Amino acid sequence: MTDVQMVVIHRSRRNIELLLLLFALGIGFSAYLITGLNLYGELPTNWLAAAGVWVILGAACHAFTRWRIPYADPVLLPCVFLLNGIGLALIFRLDQTSTPPANDVVTQLGWTGLGVIGFIAFLIIFRDHRPLQRYTYTLALLGVVLLLMPLLPGIGREINGSRIWIGIGPFSFQPAEIAKLVLTTAFASYLVERREVLALAGRRVLGIDLPRARDLGPILIVWAGCLLVLLAQRDLGTSMLFFGMFVMMLYVATERPGWPLLGLGMAVLGGLVMFVLIKVFKVGFFDHVLVRLSSWLDPFSDYDKNYQVIQGQFGMAWGGLLGRGLGEGRPGLTPLAKSDFIATVVGEELGVAGLMAVILLYGIIIARGLRTALIGKEAFGKLLAAGLSFTFALQVFAIIGGVTRLLPLTGLTTPFMSQGGSSLVSNWVLVALLMVVSHQFRKPVTTAVGVDPDSESTQLIPAVESRSGLFGRSSRRDAHRESAHRDGAEVGAR
Amino acid sequence: MPMSEIAVTLIKVLFLVLLWIFILSVASVIRGDLFGRTVPASELPQPEITEAPPANKKVKRRDRGHPSTFAITNGPQSGTSASLADGVVQIGRSADCQIILEDDYVSTRHARVIANDNGFYVEDLGSTNGTYVNGQRITQPTTIGLADAVRIGKTVMKLEV
Repeated sequence: MTDVQMVVIHRSRRNIELLLLLFALGIGFSAYLITGLNLYGELPTNWLAAAGVWVILGAACHAFTRWRIPYADPVLLPCVFLLNGIGLALIFRLDQTSTPPANDVVTQLGWTGLGVIGFIAFLIIFRDHRPLQRYTYTLALLGVVLLLMPLLPGIGREINGSRIWIGIGPFSFQPAEIAKLVLTTAFASYLVERREVLALAGRRVLGIDLPRARDLGPILIVWAGCLLVLLAQRDLGTSMLFFGMFVMMLYVATERPGWPLLGLGMAVLGGLVMFVLIKVFKVGFFDHVLVRLSSWLDPFSDYDKNYQVIQGQFGMAWGGLLGRGLGEGRPGLTPLAKSDFIATVVGEELGVAGLMAVILLYGIIIARGLRTALIGKEAFGKLLAAGLSFTFALQVFAIIGGVTRLLPLTGLTTPFMSQGGSSLVSNWVLVALLMVVSHQFRKPVTTAVGVDPDSESTQLIPAVESRSGLFGRSSRRDAHRESAHRDGAEVGAR
Repeated sequence: MPMSEIAVTLIKVLFLVLLWIFILSVASVIRGDLFGRTVPASELPQPEITEAPPANKKVKRRDRGHPSTFAITNGPQSGTSASLADGVVQIGRSADCQIILEDDYVSTRHARVIANDNGFYVEDLGSTNGTYVNGQRITQPTTIGLADAVRIGKTVMKLEV
């Protein structure tokens, strides 16, 4: 009998990543070239310089990934570059719809560069996500301050009816985008510590264990905070994103379906409170929430008020299956096509085939994030990866669902594609964080050969063999049943 | 000059095909990634196991590699380590421990490793299921060296240089 212990390790796969990355850079750049060809019949004059900048950005990300986190997931970076490239090409395309042509694509490329710098800086500072676990309350406080910053007089700015911006000089910034990252980390760290308590079952209703009343504090605080954001900043998207993120992370941490049900109930309750405020008390500044609702349910009743949504629908309808071709549609007719409605531009110029591809790219990023959460062995990283991917998923769902009229429109950005620096930079950092976690989980670990815990005198019997959830715990009742079968050699420490 | 309609359509379809080929190649990379590579454990980076340090550690320790970390070498969380620079590493399930073990047999604050001038000790903090050094359950602070294996629940830990 050979005594060779075999172990399964993840491959580094950096060369595959490089190939995919080159492919992604090529597709993104060809979108730019095709737009120029279709519009003017010739390549954009600066195409060589643009290609240079684009390849340098890709090469820098790849080089730092190779150096700092060689075992990170190989498909995240190429997917992100492809989305970012398509976004840049579409913003270039939309620049051409105004006379004289705007030059927003250069600003956006600058922000992409800053996003890449943020990505690299994150890899240099944090090769390991675990130190972040210690700053639970510092991060929570920072997140809340960032979230409420636009309310400060002086730096807060109101654009298009939502007060979610801060402006310093000519620059405006959406601090909620950074708060998204900071609060996910804080929630993950908090819930890792508290999940045992929060998983305790309270009253049982219709076969589902609801949480105990005394554990409701955290969710009530987050709920109230989100309502406050909704009231004061008049931004449905942000408040929905943060509440959904917290409830989902609670569910992942505790594996109790009672939490999301309770969260759903609280969200409905919050919506009703809003509705009563608007309808009965005629709170004037909710006009734009009402506009959003009517543009979702019945946009064609008022063509002028719901102009943006209707134009977006027409654009996608005209695009059809294969789209008009880059530069061949008329996406300039939709207001704010560069930021909120960029998904309809994809639908118009690349058709359903292109829009589905873009949605799949988002899906791949989310799936890889959740996969990272599944393979990990350490609770904080698992919860962090799950929380980040879920937040990302919720954001993509809300905005693409909003412009396609599946949901009421929210002011969220389309990650990596919308015009706007805060969203771009924070999503680049989000990907850096996901890749750091995946590197930590995928790297081969040092194993001492010959030290085998099974060979020692005391044999351990795991409490629950049937591992089900993300944390491998089935319900507490099962654990009790199993422990009754054990013959008392070891007593669970709980 | 705008291009002919046929050229526009051709380029459009070609671009969409490229987009989907990219997605399919990502899918195939993910499929290849599902199963890692199986290698003998001996090919992995090994923790340095030196012979047990002599009794008088205070003199010899600085000569032959000062242990600087306490690391998990076997068990579900292997690869995790904590620095001994602060003089103490607490092990348990609570978040204030330097080594956090996810194991039902580990107590909230299970044990700690203390580094002082006289060497390294492991001390059980009244845990339910005990702390084992080289297979022996400890009842009092026990001196450990580079070759000693500390086991808590399913996890084996060692001092590392």
